[in-house]
Amino acid sequence: MSLLWVDKYRPKDLSSLDYHTQQAKELKNLVANSDFPHLLLYGPSGAGKKTRIMCILRELFGPGVERLKTETVTVTTPSNKKIEITTVNSNYHIEINPSDVGIYDRVVVMDLIKNIAQTQHIGSTNNQRNFKVVLLTEVDNLTKDAQHALRRTMEKYSTNCRLILCVTSLSPVIPAVQSRCLLIRVSAPSIPEISKILQVTCKKEDLTISPALAEKIAKTVNGNLRRALLICEACKVENKNLTTDREVPEPDWKKFIEKTANLITHKQSIDNLMTVREHLYELLTNGIPPEIILKELLIGLLLKCDKQIIPQVVRDAALYEHRMTQGNKHIVHLEAFVTKFMCIYQEHLSSLMEGF
Amino acid sequence: MDSFLKSGKLGDTASSKSSTSGISKKKDKKLQWVEKYRPRTVEDVVEQKEVVALLQECILGADLPNLLFYGPPGTGKTSTILAAARQLFGDIYKDRILELNASDDRGIQVIREKIKTYAQLSVASSRADGKACPALKIVILDEADAMTDAAQTALRRTMEKEAKTTRFCLLCNYVSRIIEPLTSRCTKFRFKPLNQSFVLERLQLICTKEDVLVDDDVLNILVKESGGDLRRAITALQSCAHLKGKGNKIALENVYDVLTVVPSDWITNFFNLCKNESDINEIIRFINDLEQQAYPCHKIFEQLNDLLIEAEISEPLKAEIGEYLAESSFRSSCSRSDFTHLLDFAVHVQEILTVPVEHRKAKAEKIARSTMINGIA
Repeated sequence: MSLLWVDKYRPKDLSSLDYHTQQAKELKNLVANSDFPHLLLYGPSGAGKKTRIMCILRELFGPGVERLKTETVTVTTPSNKKIEITTVNSNYHIEINPSDVGIYDRVVVMDLIKNIAQTQHIGSTNNQRNFKVVLLTEVDNLTKDAQHALRRTMEKYSTNCRLILCVTSLSPVIPAVQSRCLLIRVSAPSIPEISKILQVTCKKEDLTISPALAEKIAKTVNGNLRRALLICEACKVENKNLTTDREVPEPDWKKFIEKTANLITHKQSIDNLMTVREHLYELLTNGIPPEIILKELLIGLLLKCDKQIIPQVVRDAALYEHRMTQGNKHIVHLEAFVTKFMCIYQEHLSSLMEGF
Repeated sequence: MDSFLKSGKLGDTASSKSSTSGISKKKDKKLQWVEKYRPRTVEDVVEQKEVVALLQECILGADLPNLLFYGPPGTGKTSTILAAARQLFGDIYKDRILELNASDDRGIQVIREKIKTYAQLSVASSRADGKACPALKIVILDEADAMTDAAQTALRRTMEKEAKTTRFCLLCNYVSRIIEPLTSRCTKFRFKPLNQSFVLERLQLICTKEDVLVDDDVLNILVKESGGDLRRAITALQSCAHLKGKGNKIALENVYDVLTVVPSDWITNFFNLCKNESDINEIIRFINDLEQQAYPCHKIFEQLNDLLIEAEISEPLKAEIGEYLAESSFRSSCSRSDFTHLLDFAVHVQEILTVPVEHRKAKAEKIARSTMINGIA
């Protein structure tokens, strides 16, 4: 079976992790302890949160956690609507992404955890863990309602169920949930660490990668190890010689956003705005998170505009970002930002012309 | 000081009990330290002198008023009332209190049914073993500021009508969120944030009891960063001890990580970058790096604020930066990407510090005017 490198060489236990080794040691101590707290792992994507969680689970329950099966669970809401959610579970844990179901996440969280917590685990003799683990991903997308429900559930069922939460940003998680968990920060690996991992991985595949290329890839990925490995593999598929002079392809969406930024600074008119809108829609339909679009667009635009208008542009970007998280139609706010930028930009240009 | 010696003794009895029977030892191990070291008697409660004096009077026989405790988290509000109840009612104290907190359903329905029926029951004025105790029940409403106004209003009459058999104890962080009629029915007590030396002593006591190895200066930092919240300090200490395992010393980094403190290097560098006229590229790069370290954004702003207060900038500018900091911090609080807000803050600090006030004012006016004209057009 051919696996992607990312999955093939994913470290399986805590002692084989490549970086943050001190933290790995501490996690091992934590597992060895008789009582295991709720955990909340936070860090940027591709930093290895999920890998660490799987390692912890393996350390807790043994290799049995790797026998995974997917199931579809049906949950009935108070208004008798049936919703389906896919779970990944083993004998010892269950993984759900409650934000998949939108506003019904509260029902899902409460129902599933209740189900799991009520069936007590009759463990095999070799492990004394009398609890199951519920792994919730993307908790930062949960509604406040669901988070409050979580806080109650966490206390109520703490005897036979532990939660492991996984978030990219800690800000949207309510303090009450934070204070009930042990917070574990997973920072992104540094450039030397990434390039070393790339080199080791290539060696395992019987390939040689030039250190310079490894570093070049590491620099482009912004601390995202998953993307680094994917890029590296893509390079290999193209051509087996991984030499220094190879081009590192930028992801398509990044190029696309750059193009959009160019378009915005090129001409400020209604027609142009319509083209930009098409671009934005295309990005959104391809699943690029709106906050990433705004961030990249902002960076792209800042590099092109004058120093005097930077504060104003950034201020509006922050404002629209804030509104975007409050509302639920992302395109409106993205467009509003683009329009605002066009205004500021044009005004600035005309004020420059006045001088002459 | 006296109370500490006493509580030390209590801790002793607890541990000697656990060594005699295997079962209780196992239970003991599972207990969180916060629960394990909760004060057992009112005298054990540190610092809050007035309320302790009042409760001691009540234990000796004086009438117990309705109580309202308010103050920041981790100052011992729940502990105090639980300890008082334990002393008042002895073994049967569990039957005599009804504890409801924000996790429980506490709408107007619950007030009307559960609390009312509970309050109407009358109880005997003696314990099972014949000792006298007040013929009272206590309803403890934890986190009362999270109750809806309607629910609070429903409580008004109940409180007076059942005064013969029931006392209410409301615990909250912000007294301003309790409606006036309720506060006037209660004796109010403010719980002060604990003095750092008290927190330190308590932690040292726990360290010796639990065989935790930790340097004094690390402990000092833990105390300082937990800001007078004893519960937070104890929880953090326990987490650190778990992470390190038995027999290892707790390092400073553990404390920082558990309390999510951002290393001060990052903060000072960030602030310096704003102060100097750095290139936008440089700022973007720095914030990207900072984001990859995954430090929580609210904590960054909090620490920036501390730094700002100390910084050598003229007061009006400081105020202006402070205002902007508050705005950025608010915006980032529910956002999923911290980048924009950090950048926004950085760029503005730079503008505030480099561009004179008159220029900025003129510019702001111009922007306001132009948006108005555009709006009309």
